Amino acid sequence: MMKVIEGSHAVAHAVMCCRPDVISAYPITPQTHIVEHLSQLVADGKLNTEFLTVDSEFSALSSLVGASVVGARCYSSTTSQGLALMWEVLYNSSGLRLPLVMTVANRALGAPLNIWNDQQDSVGARDSGWIQLYAENVQEAVDMTPQAYKIAEDPDILLPVMVCMDGFILTHVYEPVYLLEQDKVDSYLPPYRPAVVLDTANPKTFGAFVDPSKFTEYRYMQWDAQIRAKQKIVDAALDFQKIFGRYYGGLIDTYHAEDAEIMIVTMGSVIGTIRDCIDSMRAEGIKVGLTKIRSYRPFPAEALQKALKDASVIAVIEKDTTVGNQSALLTDLKAALYNSKLRMPVLGFTAGLGGRDITVTDIRKMVEISSRAKDGVAESDYQFLDLKKELL
Amino acid sequence: MRSLSAPAKNTWCPGCGNFAILSAIKPALNALEEEGLDLDRVVVVSGIGCHAKIADYLNVNSFYSIHGRVLPVATGIKLANPDLTVIGFAGDGDCYAEGLDHLIFAAKRNVDITLIVHNNRVYGLTTGQYTPTSPYGFKGRSTPGGTVERPLNPLEIVLSSGGSFLGRGYSHGIELLKTLFRQAILHKGFAFLDVLQVCATFYNMYNYYNQRVYELKDHDASSYSAALKKIREWDYNSEAQIALGLFYQRVLPTYEQSFSHLSPLVSPEREEAIRSTLESYI
Ligand SMILES: Cc1ncc(C[n+]2csc(CCOP(=O)(O)OP(=O)(O)O)c2C)c(N)n1
Ligand code: SF4
Ligand SMILES: [Mg+2]
Repeated sequence: MMKVIEGSHAVAHAVMCCRPDVISAYPITPQTHIVEHLSQLVADGKLNTEFLTVDSEFSALSSLVGASVVGARCYSSTTSQGLALMWEVLYNSSGLRLPLVMTVANRALGAPLNIWNDQQDSVGARDSGWIQLYAENVQEAVDMTPQAYKIAEDPDILLPVMVCMDGFILTHVYEPVYLLEQDKVDSYLPPYRPAVVLDTANPKTFGAFVDPSKFTEYRYMQWDAQIRAKQKIVDAALDFQKIFGRYYGGLIDTYHAEDAEIMIVTMGSVIGTIRDCIDSMRAEGIKVGLTKIRSYRPFPAEALQKALKDASVIAVIEKDTTVGNQSALLTDLKAALYNSKLRMPVLGFTAGLGGRDITVTDIRKMVEISSRAKDGVAESDYQFLDLKKELL
Repeated sequence: MRSLSAPAKNTWCPGCGNFAILSAIKPALNALEEEGLDLDRVVVVSGIGCHAKIADYLNVNSFYSIHGRVLPVATGIKLANPDLTVIGFAGDGDCYAEGLDHLIFAAKRNVDITLIVHNNRVYGLTTGQYTPTSPYGFKGRSTPGGTVERPLNPLEIVLSSGGSFLGRGYSHGIELLKTLFRQAILHKGFAFLDVLQVCATFYNMYNYYNQRVYELKDHDASSYSAALKKIREWDYNSEAQIALGLFYQRVLPTYEQSFSHLSPLVSPEREEAIRSTLESYI
């Protein structure tokens, strides 16, 4: 059923269709509408779940760790400062191999205090062991939600998944969205039946101490599960397409990539603007294309090597920076290319921090700078777009 | 007398109880200024929430901490520079949920700072969800079916954690607020004030409170048991009269005094004697 609906409410509806047993969350802008709508669905008797309104994000995720080890399907949502406060539990839950799903309504991290969108929050958690999927629009955020459970709960994977969607831009926008049909979700996503749970009839210990003789192997198994999740993410998208008819690519997606000389690589909602911009630049004869990252963790190195092999220059646009180095996606991508044969220039742009719009003019500017690099004009290979020099 | 009004545009809702707190802290500080308090040595620390904007509206040094962390930041400021007068303004979500542990430890340590909690019993800035002091059954945005938890009584927590100054104010009563703010700032040690600050938009309790509040009279604020009795009279939930005023005050050593360089355990002469003895062996 298609409906014009607020992004947060559409995501809450998708969560409902996944039939979580336990939801635990703490309010924070711009996540709040997602969990408020879920609590409304519970109050209206439409969602049969145990909803905990806890005292902090730390408690939210910790309580889900407890619920998950007894076999419950769990959900939370947060952003920014809230995600930062969950830090210890991010590592704890992924190390325990608990298939939690959490929507991150991406927002800048302070200081300075700011409530608007960028992706510093989840990008900063890239090493925490959580799978990270990034949605381009509300529909994709909706559709990624059952996909996230499918990937997380796969007995071969058992890792928590973040579905990242740009705060305000996607959470607060009203868009026509196909809401998920319950019967289809039920046939796509089977009930969660974990093999290993806390069970008084068959006692086990979770979270036990592991000494140096085994710690590396536990970490390796977690690492290996993420690598193996690459195929599962692709499969989850294809299975979804079979039932729902919608598809957004597997680990990555491309747009006008075939003959693109200038290839933009990015993730999240900015892609909508980039697609429009590509359409108009193509009409002017500029050979520009897009590679969209759907799965940032696991990092789609092989898929990127394939998608980028014919480009003359690559422009990475991202809403984060790695203070003390270049930005995160940029350095990940360069690392993925180094031992391949690909040697085109790779330029990085940090843009859209703390809610600053990335406009069509900005995108054209980045394409122009990249185009000059393609022609051998050396410029800085990493920059903050449009710095206001008068403020520095 | 210095004007304590800052130029920032005020964005609180009309009728918000935060205005009363702002209107009471200014004359309280100005009165202390007349008696010798240097306003440049006053630091305001706020949390994150509607209450926190008070840092923008008061013309003194201020620090916006992250959500829940007013007390650790205020403690750090006080320890690093004990000459400063440190006043924290926190929200109930800020101080009784996210940062409750800090409240217990500030009371336990008896740090010489003042904490004023704008207790509107909702998360105001995030638009009206329940907090730890919302009553049982409270229908907020995150609890449309009514919360199934009972509220906590913050005064009882602070008293049992070793608090040395406890009071309660109400945002419909500026004179009492002025008095309490003054007493709290002058108190040597951790001064805790829970202010029933009405959120006009998400939890308008003016009528409810107006019918139930009364000011403490003939109350022995030096008696722990008398304080506990008064504190337990209303549990933030059931029907009862709501006492306002100073519940408890006693003089205890402050945390800062336990740091040797702030109050030396060993006199400089003795330290010198030890050093020269040791050096004679080199
Ligand atoms: C770690 C973290 N979690 C959540 C938030 C979002 N947040 C901002 S203000 C606020 C609640 C404010 O409520 P309260 O402390 O009662 O202050 P009030 O707005 O009522 O004055 C919350 C949850 C945040 N800033 N940081
Ligand atoms: S929401 Fe409530 S607490 Fe916040 S400014 Fe408005 S009335 Fe005051
Ligand atoms: Mg509040």
